Amino acid sequence: MKELDSIQKRLLEEIADLHAIPEGAYNIRSNSESAGRRSTANIEITPKTDVAGLDIRIKAGTRRESVHIPVVMTQSGLKEQVYNDFYIGEGADVVIIAGCGIDNCGMADSEHDGIHRFYVGKNARVKYIEKHYGSGDGAGKRILNPGTEVYQEEGSTVEMEMAQIKGVDDTERTTTAELAAGAKLVVRERLMTHGNQRAISTYVVNLNGAGSSADVVSRSVARDNSYQRFDAKIIGNAPCNGHTECDSIIMDNGRILAVPGLEANDVDAALLHEAAIGKIAGEQLTKLMTLGLTEQEAEEQIISGFLK
Amino acid sequence: MLELKHISFDVEDGGQDREIIRDVSLTIPDGRLVVVTGPNGGGKSTLARLIMGIEKPTSGTIALNGEDITNLSITERARRGIGFAFQQPVRFKGLTVLDLLRLAAGRELNPAEACEYLAAVGLCARDYINREVNASLSGGELKRVEIATVLARGTALSVFDEPEAGIDLWSFQNLIEVFEGMRKNISDSAIMIISHQERILNIADEIVVLADGQVEKQGPKDEILPGLIGTAAAVAACRKAI
Repeated sequence: MKELDSIQKRLLEEIADLHAIPEGAYNIRSNSESAGRRSTANIEITPKTDVAGLDIRIKAGTRRESVHIPVVMTQSGLKEQVYNDFYIGEGADVVIIAGCGIDNCGMADSEHDGIHRFYVGKNARVKYIEKHYGSGDGAGKRILNPGTEVYQEEGSTVEMEMAQIKGVDDTERTTTAELAAGAKLVVRERLMTHGNQRAISTYVVNLNGAGSSADVVSRSVARDNSYQRFDAKIIGNAPCNGHTECDSIIMDNGRILAVPGLEANDVDAALLHEAAIGKIAGEQLTKLMTLGLTEQEAEEQIISGFLK
Repeated sequence: MLELKHISFDVEDGGQDREIIRDVSLTIPDGRLVVVTGPNGGGKSTLARLIMGIEKPTSGTIALNGEDITNLSITERARRGIGFAFQQPVRFKGLTVLDLLRLAAGRELNPAEACEYLAAVGLCARDYINREVNASLSGGELKRVEIATVLARGTALSVFDEPEAGIDLWSFQNLIEVFEGMRKNISDSAIMIISHQERILNIADEIVVLADGQVEKQGPKDEILPGLIGTAAAVAACRKAI
């Protein structure tokens, strides 16, 4: 494995809690090159030949294994588009940890557009964790545009945790999913924007099979002059259950647009959406202040609890 | 010891000043449980909020253990040892019962320690410790968590604003036991409860009757309580709590 510098190591810690080489299969991408890769008996990682990216094949029946595919960028002005395809075999049960950290100290924009496609076999279970983080005080922007496509076969379960808490200037995140009978998708998105950041998050979930279900929940905080748009659409094409929720705290001069959408094309599609935007309640601050916290400490506790 | 001297509090109401608290002087000595009662709208909750610093008096001074705290913020008063249980506790999305107890204690609590506080308010700790303090908690559960946060603080002066409001009769029995327990371990701290429940008045060392923003009566329980029974200032639990 290539030696990483201290900034790269710090980014890895932020996005993947990695302090050393991870257990199991991994690929670490650093400034557009692979800084280390390992396949295991059940999980094969191969680089694509036509475009940048990886094919990750997980054998049927693989249990309790993990794949780490973090990306770090520290070179200002770097722009890349990366395609990672995951083929998850029938009945497998795996954890996939992705994430991207950009440190940009320079004048030029740095951008990573990661397109992840998941082909999830029958009855397989996938837990997908993705963290995005930016740092560095250069004028160049840190831009992340993740595209996620999920194709779930019968009875499969996908649980996605996606978090972007700090430092990403501009993000357009698009997630689409197609679910067959009995498949289940759970999404938990956590987002905080500050400064002049902009974040747009779009979901289109098609519930195509009988008994399929989706639960897409976003919690976000918009501070300073930042802007967020949450656009979640669930389409019920069969007897199914869909729920989408967007819950936001707005602060300072932040702006938030929540656009929950439901489309039912089957009389037995049960779909529900909830959306709420509001500032931190004064009584919440007062309560924590009576416990001895300052107003600022109270605010931090409320936000970090909300985004937990 | 808490000393209120000539406290008045006015609010503007339709362009006119209205006096909510009028020239109240009151001492809450250490080692005493004082219950403040009186009719609704008499200024009881306002008095409690003035003590915590949530409201600032129009005139008068408040001193805690000899120090003038009249101009101190809520945070500074909390750090000097005043604890406050709200009549209508607020909910938090994301913060768990354990988070709140840790913040109250001002230190890391292990689950066993946190459980002690919850057990003291009659909650089965294992079921609650990781629950979010959100809309999934009932009014009674929330109220007990609120009281547990004051217990966890271990303050020199603990103020409870109508702790019985919004809880069921069964919880109310437990609540009396909680306060009896606190009374037993009071040592050099003091407790002030805003309540018109007869059973809470019954465990008081002293009773203060606040009506129309003024102290109407004040004295040891045995002197004051008999005159209150049957009035709005001392309601039997079965009439009020059901």
